[in-house]
Amino acid sequence: MDAFLHQALSGLATGSIYASLALALVMIYQATHLVNFSQGEMAMFSTYIAWFLIQVGCPYWVAFLGTIAVSFVLGGAIQHIIIGRFQDASILSVVVVFVGLLAIFNSLAGWLFSYSIKAFPSPFPKEMGNTYMSAHELGAIGVMLAVLSLLVVFFRYTPLGLAMRAAAQNPTSSRLVGIRVDWMLALGWGLAGAIGSVAGMMIAPVVFLDPNMMSGVLLYAFAAALLGGIDNPVGAVLGGLLVGVLENLLGAYVIGNELKLTVALAIIVGVLVVRPAGLLGSIHVSRV
Amino acid sequence: MSSEEQGPRKIDPVADVVAQTSSGVAAVVPHTWARAELFGTALRAAVFAGLLCALPFTLTNYQVFQVTLVLVYAIALLGLNLLTGYNGQISLGHGAFYAIGAYVAAILMDRYGVPYWLTVPVAGVGCFLVGYLFGFPALRLEGLYLALATFALGVALPQLLKSNFLEPWTGGVQGIVITKPDAPYGLKLNPDQWLYFFTLFFVLIALFLTRNLLRSRIGLAMVAIRDQPIAAEAMGVNTAFYKSLAFGISAMLTGVAGALGAIAVQFVAPDSFTVLLSITLLVGIVIGGLASIPGAMYGAIFIQFVPNVADKISKAAPWAIYGVFLILFMLVLPSGIAGGVRAMSHRFARRRSIQK
Repeated sequence: MDAFLHQALSGLATGSIYASLALALVMIYQATHLVNFSQGEMAMFSTYIAWFLIQVGCPYWVAFLGTIAVSFVLGGAIQHIIIGRFQDASILSVVVVFVGLLAIFNSLAGWLFSYSIKAFPSPFPKEMGNTYMSAHELGAIGVMLAVLSLLVVFFRYTPLGLAMRAAAQNPTSSRLVGIRVDWMLALGWGLAGAIGSVAGMMIAPVVFLDPNMMSGVLLYAFAAALLGGIDNPVGAVLGGLLVGVLENLLGAYVIGNELKLTVALAIIVGVLVVRPAGLLGSIHVSRV
Repeated sequence: MSSEEQGPRKIDPVADVVAQTSSGVAAVVPHTWARAELFGTALRAAVFAGLLCALPFTLTNYQVFQVTLVLVYAIALLGLNLLTGYNGQISLGHGAFYAIGAYVAAILMDRYGVPYWLTVPVAGVGCFLVGYLFGFPALRLEGLYLALATFALGVALPQLLKSNFLEPWTGGVQGIVITKPDAPYGLKLNPDQWLYFFTLFFVLIALFLTRNLLRSRIGLAMVAIRDQPIAAEAMGVNTAFYKSLAFGISAMLTGVAGALGAIAVQFVAPDSFTVLLSITLLVGIVIGGLASIPGAMYGAIFIQFVPNVADKISKAAPWAIYGVFLILFMLVLPSGIAGGVRAMSHRFARRRSIQK
């Protein structure tokens, strides 16, 4: 029973990291109705920035906040400079642009910071842990919940959040009432970049820092976002936690580590076949 | 007179839907050929065929091998384009079908001693069945969800190939080594040159089949489903059947390409078929041009050679250069190389008709 609980709880912890990255995907989806395939590589690049700041002597939390700020600006700039030019392009063209961004970030990180694997510190003191969960696992869950509550408050109770939702839902009407739609899109991308950087800094102590660390995580985040409902932040978190626990338990008890990814994905696709909008997603009805 | 002029339209409900809704009408509506134009086309085709035949005798063996790979990718891209370009179903997992084709060929040759030329059609049939069956659950999924499902297939397949369960056939992580076939009938060709012609033969078949398929009832139904699914269904097109069929045919072509690729590379291993291959194929059809047969050729040339060019420009960060290429390409030619070529030839044709 202890072992089972341990597996489930540590699945919850990895799930919270998937959830953070899924939240970043949801941000961009809400703002632009696109799924950002380069989100994982952006998060990886941000984590390298944090690593660099720590190397030059910043205290952890200063580096943490600094990285979030840089990633926010970087995300906004990518939307404003590159993605904004593809507003009228077909979805597949934009997918190719995302693949391009993915290649650029991956290659740049390797070139600037070398491909060697690096250790990344965890900010949480060892005493915080207990028999079931390590300090870092608890901390990662806490950070993710904090990010989620901030987002919910931002979108529900602030005028800016309302403006962002309006811009995503109906750009033309929003423009007519004076919302700067292109800035709202850039803001969405900025938030996604910032949230992604948090996810990166939380997962780096677990998987170690290297330019390819996010490729697997992004897939889980993608699955989590779709499972929970890609237009719903709470759904994304729920999806992330479910995917994390499912992956861990299946790996430990059912099919072994070798095929856990495969089986987890098969289950997710199975769920989506039954409920295409995801667990908490809003169902769109189109008029014929 | 431009070559895009439409012939007299037959009364066919599906063709009507296509003609009213599709942007690619010209590609599916039969042409009426003027005699001079027919002659010009035949002449161009003859010159082109001559060039294709002369090519392997002017290049080094390694270059011949690279061109063979371009032909292999061209078949795979033709398959993916059929599904994504003409039928509107996004696949991020076509590398899986390529891998299945490659493994079918390799296992048949290595374990069962089947001659290499027979493995290619067998791989095609096998992939058709797998694709057709995968098409059924895919019917429920659209857009992003379909992308996820196919992406999952692309990610899962290398893991399955590595698993202990299949190891007696697949050779696990080690993969399978294949010997390169010699030219038959005492032809004075080295193995690389022979494989080039062998692959070219399949490219021609694939082109012929795809072109005719797209002009047939099936092709028109596929395009109609892409553009107006509801209208198509209302006119009696069996959407579910044609969508699964598109998946099957697409997988078949990609599987044939996989088998040819395995014979050309002489080696299959799970790590050659990661999800990166699937993404590369998708990049290939978008850069080459969606819903365009020549686009498959352009895309194949791009994905084979442009990474090398990027590598020449910057040894330190070649993939960053490649990424910049991709973004610039989409900025300059949003409808792919084929779209660019089409726009250019339209402009020339217009200028010529004004001069007349």
